[in-house]
Amino acid sequence: MTVNPDLVGRVFAPTAPYAVGREKVREFARAVFASSPLSLDPAAARAAGFADVVAPPTFAVVIQEATLAQLLAEPDGGIDFSRVVHGEQRFRYSRPIVAGDELTATLAVTSIKTLGGNAMVTAESSILDADGGHVVTATSTLVVRGDS
Amino acid sequence: MSGAPGTGDPEVWSLEIGSIIGEADIHLTRDSLVRYAGASGDFNAIHYRDDVARQVGLPGVLAHGMLTMGVAVQCVLDWVADPSRILDYGVRFTRPVVVDPVSGTSITVVAKVGVVDAEAGEARIDLTVTSGGQTVLGKAQVRVSIR
Repeated sequence: MTVNPDLVGRVFAPTAPYAVGREKVREFARAVFASSPLSLDPAAARAAGFADVVAPPTFAVVIQEATLAQLLAEPDGGIDFSRVVHGEQRFRYSRPIVAGDELTATLAVTSIKTLGGNAMVTAESSILDADGGHVVTATSTLVVRGDS
Repeated sequence: MSGAPGTGDPEVWSLEIGSIIGEADIHLTRDSLVRYAGASGDFNAIHYRDDVARQVGLPGVLAHGMLTMGVAVQCVLDWVADPSRILDYGVRFTRPVVVDPVSGTSITVVAKVGVVDAEAGEARIDLTVTSGGQTVLGKAQVRVSIR
């Protein structure tokens, strides 16, 4: 099975809203060894002008994940999950994610390149808040190993 | 010459190219991987099962790439203090981080000023991220607001 080149330009349906919970943010913060009180202590976050605890920068991957699941499940996509390696990751932020946010993500496949039998699939997930404001765009490049 | 970590005040930051703004040594154990799996929802078994890791040809259980990416940026966050200053963060996963079941592994991060664009009010912080003496993240760069 090979990656379907027609995936380029395909835009997926927005994900169901993800409610960012305070304890989830704190759990994630501890898991990435965050020391900032803004991610752990609601009072410190409020004193700094945030509505609640602030998620560490890579927390966006939790919301992005649902869009990557859509991509991998695409019936004609030809992406075999057991052959996928995470090649690159990037986040472009308009603002940090804060507990209380309700976020929706929309994935678009931006490029597919073939390199030495492997396919490099780049997908951008645009993450918006409940008001439609841009929060962060998460971009992954997945390396799909070819048959060897 | 180092910056002024944690002040969050760009006025007192040393933005000389090449100056180190943060450093960290993080010890990862299998417990850290399980904790991250739960926190992130990434339950790929190569991050906790030796037999599955071996089956797919890996040298052992690996740290999640996103865990390495997540811990590597913490020293930059400590430096900027205000997380709103992080504009962009990208990495390439160049080498897997094998986590020994008994001794774990260490990740070393050095964050340096790479580029300063005073007009745009931005700086690029370059991260060198190593484990066992080898670079594990390539082109690990954080664009921060310095206004």
